[in-house]
Amino acid sequence: MAGGRVEQAVRESYGRLVAILSARGRDIGAAEDALADAILAALEQWPDRGIPDRPEAWLLAVARRRWIDRARRATTDEALSRSLALLTDIAGEIDLAAPNFPDERLKLLFVCAHPAIDPSIHAALMLQSVLGLNAARIAAAFVVSPDAMGRRLTRAKIKIRDAGIGFELPDRRELAGRLEPVLDAIYAAYGHGWDSPADDSQRHDLAAEAVWLGRTLVELMPQEPEALGLLALMLHLEARSPARRGTDGAYVPLSEQDPSLWSHARLAEAEATLARAGALGRPGRYQLEAAIQSAHAGRRLTGEPDRSTIAGLYDRLHRTSPRLGVAVGRAAAMAEAHGVEAGLRCLAELDSGRVEAYQPFWAVRADLLARANARGGAIEAYDRAIALATDAAVRSYLTERRARLLS
Amino acid sequence: MQYALLFYENSQQFTTREHDPETIAYWGAWKAYVEDISASGIVRGGEGLLGPDTATSLRIRDGQHQVQDGPFADAKEQLGGFFIIEVDDLDAAIAWAAKAPCAPYGGVEIRPTLTTM
Repeated sequence: MAGGRVEQAVRESYGRLVAILSARGRDIGAAEDALADAILAALEQWPDRGIPDRPEAWLLAVARRRWIDRARRATTDEALSRSLALLTDIAGEIDLAAPNFPDERLKLLFVCAHPAIDPSIHAALMLQSVLGLNAARIAAAFVVSPDAMGRRLTRAKIKIRDAGIGFELPDRRELAGRLEPVLDAIYAAYGHGWDSPADDSQRHDLAAEAVWLGRTLVELMPQEPEALGLLALMLHLEARSPARRGTDGAYVPLSEQDPSLWSHARLAEAEATLARAGALGRPGRYQLEAAIQSAHAGRRLTGEPDRSTIAGLYDRLHRTSPRLGVAVGRAAAMAEAHGVEAGLRCLAELDSGRVEAYQPFWAVRADLLARANARGGAIEAYDRAIALATDAAVRSYLTERRARLLS
Repeated sequence: MQYALLFYENSQQFTTREHDPETIAYWGAWKAYVEDISASGIVRGGEGLLGPDTATSLRIRDGQHQVQDGPFADAKEQLGGFFIIEVDDLDAAIAWAAKAPCAPYGGVEIRPTLTTM
């Protein structure tokens, strides 16, 4: 009983405490170690003595003491000594009696997605340090070995410490450039959950964790339209999650989904969030992506998606952010709005080297060629799309489509 | 924290130093940068270096001195000089690196120094 309540108390404050500690010692690894010591002490003491009135203050005080002890014992280690100096410098700065500690999670998010850190580890680093997910769970979600993920996370934290990345918020001039990798990392975490096979609950949970990161970012930067845009985008996709699979687990493409299965509460929240972003008057990539999803969701009211609006939004998105996924999405939208030939023309403009191993390209091409009655080309494209598909449900959907062409 | 700012220039910039109508602009830009960074009080050391043509590389292998003409790496960008600076954090070091005249053409590597206690 007490164990569960202790875990919950810890879970709620984990990221806030890692952020407070690491922002002062500038060392995420040491902050996590110190907090782990404090959590262990809590698990030992709280069930007997009861949870303290202010669990966060208790954990923070113990963690800081453990960190200082550890740093003192290791004065030969230069980095630890430096963090000791930083920690003792601010010995009186964290007022443990204060009703609220400063929330330093935003600084931690910017550090995790600092341009001096390998972008491919940004998302994993955030999930670990801000949400407290362990390396094994992150590794499962990213489909790599726990050892490899653990090593990469450790390496990134050592780089942050040794390169002296400061826990300062970027100033206004830099903010746009520095915010983008933060948004991208959160969306990458979401994508890992979203793309997962239906039976992989660990990866599914990751989507929920990413939404939580998105909410945290919005809470910390309520005036940042792209943070709102990203949250709106993820909420739109989450809303559709119950309709993405048939009762038998089969893949259901968006155009065939039953809108009555979409979560209306999520959709309402997504729309309200996007409206808040729009009111700030600074459009951007994530707001456009959310607007596209919003236009798709309009089908539940009108029965038909607003095809020309979707194509127009894709056009705008493609002009500002010509990523491969956007280009392929735009081709599909053009086909819906202006006919199959228009879609195929968009696909033909893409560089063949870039699309060779890109599964969505082949899936869209197969569908458009099949609709244009180009059977040979369609079968060839289905073969490529099937070979590149990582989700078994998507694979069987495509295989069934391919079989229809032969019957 | 102490950082080394390692200024990498491309072969064009090394040529410009001596044989080019743009020589004056080249040295003018570096002079302004050196004055700027020196006035800020963060510089702990540094020098400009003669070009990679003047470099000599030494390795000792199996007790044998192997002396060779040229720098270690035959890269497009070569080390042209360095500063040791003392600033708060990496972002402050990056800000100074971004002002270096070679940043738009060559590049700047930023390394924390191995400060001995």
